Amino acid sequence: MLEVRGLHAGYGALEILRGVDLDVGAGEIVALLGSNGVGKTTLNNAICGILRPTAGRIAFAGEDITRASAMAIVASGLIQVPEGRRVFPDMSVRENLELGSYRRGRGRRSANLERVVAVFPRLAERFAQKAATLSGGEQQMLAIGRALMGEPRLLILDEPSLGLSPRLVEEMFALIGRLNRDGLAVLLVEQNVVESLAIARRAYVLENGVFAMQGDAVALAADPALRRAYLGM
Amino acid sequence: MLSPDILLAGTINGLLTGAIYVLVAVGLTLIYGVLHIINFAHGSLLMLAMYAAFFLWRSTGIDPYLALPLVAAGGFALGYVLYRCVIGRLSRGKDENILLVTLGLAIVIENAALFFFGGDTRTVEVSWAAETVEVGPAFLPLAKLVSFAAALALCAALGLYIARSDTGKAIRAVARERQGARLVGIDVEATFAISYGIGIACLGAAACLLIPSFYVAPTSGHAFVLVAFTIVVLGGMGSFLGALVGGFVVGVTESLGGLLLGESLGQIGIPLIFILILLLRPAGLFGSRA
Ligand SMILES: Nc1ncnc2c1ncn2[C@@H]1O[C@H](COP(=O)(O)OP(=O)(O)O)[C@@H](O)[C@H]1O
Ligand SMILES: [Mg+2]
Repeated sequence: MLEVRGLHAGYGALEILRGVDLDVGAGEIVALLGSNGVGKTTLNNAICGILRPTAGRIAFAGEDITRASAMAIVASGLIQVPEGRRVFPDMSVRENLELGSYRRGRGRRSANLERVVAVFPRLAERFAQKAATLSGGEQQMLAIGRALMGEPRLLILDEPSLGLSPRLVEEMFALIGRLNRDGLAVLLVEQNVVESLAIARRAYVLENGVFAMQGDAVALAADPALRRAYLGM
Repeated sequence: MLSPDILLAGTINGLLTGAIYVLVAVGLTLIYGVLHIINFAHGSLLMLAMYAAFFLWRSTGIDPYLALPLVAAGGFALGYVLYRCVIGRLSRGKDENILLVTLGLAIVIENAALFFFGGDTRTVEVSWAAETVEVGPAFLPLAKLVSFAAALALCAALGLYIARSDTGKAIRAVARERQGARLVGIDVEATFAISYGIGIACLGAAACLLIPSFYVAPTSGHAFVLVAFTIVVLGGMGSFLGALVGGFVVGVTESLGGLLLGESLGQIGIPLIFILILLLRPAGLFGSRA
């Protein structure tokens, strides 16, 4: 479904990604792991048309999207929930959700609103409240709900558990599992290695601009090199 | 000492003028809120719109109040194109560059106006502009009453549009969270251009409301840009409500200042407000950010 080949990207002279190949198949959860500052968000933004890659190719659902605009990419159903949520702070929860269907799914806005509220009943209680007044966990729900309003075919989640309490982290991973069981493909970017490998089918580990490890999530979880580097074991 | 009646009349007069200031300031605050820059070309574009209303009147005899939709639409188109072809292109997405580009535009527009239109002041004579209406103790020019109502109606319509329409929501989204806006598929560059266009459309409307009771010359924008900037700082940069309240406060201050201190010394009120607000409440009355 998503196919990244030989991708290079960076900021000016600073090259962050030095040739990465990544695939996400229909209905898969794929984890993208790596330490802080290694370039996971950079990869997301290159995929989503926010950052222009310097070399390589990205295809989504059979279409080349390497040079496509962020708008066109959203319209094709590749939707990102960004790191730090990026909800619209001075707009109500409802307006935030409505804007999720700005580019895609506008015709089914009210039906999708009901669907999202069924997933996140807590958002319904806060419909008229400004997004800035929500707790961190609620803002994360809102960011995911906003993305779901656009009827994603592939959802990219950039560190959804960041800043959440351990209980909410559990809930977040359970939710990702539920969304995936309904057929949604997910690219899950995380530093939370154990939980991510537990729900993902496959995983990639980014180090120094390339994937140092990749493969089946169960096998990776047992890999001594990974356990040493990321779990301190 | 001045009688209460004169003070009341002065206050009403200030409110009437204030409504047009609100319109000018709403344009400035909208552009600030979305683009995060002071539009230094605001005054010269207002002047240009006043010339447009003047020349329309002189060539076709059309009443500036009736020409308002046309001049406002022209303002929108000009603003949109200016952003797309000049401001957005030259600034390459850097806010501080936009500032310089609008400053450059102001200089170019003013000198072009001087070159093409000459330095004379021009006035529009509409037969009914001199008529007055008695409101309480005051005899108010009909033109000012109409412009007051029209300015407020336009602000209300714009407020509703920004609050309710999808484009309005996109404008608010881009104003506070550009990255988030990109990720829901909003065309951020187009939204910048639309916001700039709406800001200039407000000037087009204000110009038509101003010209029957004012005059236009190539330097006409200066006075208004200072007033509008004071209003926006007073109300809070980027705040719609702030522009509304600020516009009336500045209008009344100016009018009462003129009554109490005389025409020229009365002008001190506006810089005084400016300095006081910077000292006491730099974020402005309704500003969320300093
Ligand atoms: N806008 C930017 N300009 C310059 N450097 C950046 C920018 N954004 C991120 N970086 C740098 O790129 C590297 C990778 O960042 P990022 O992709 O955010 O990492 P991660 O998401 O894996 O934590 C970091 O060293 C960071 O400092
Ligand atoms: Mg990151």
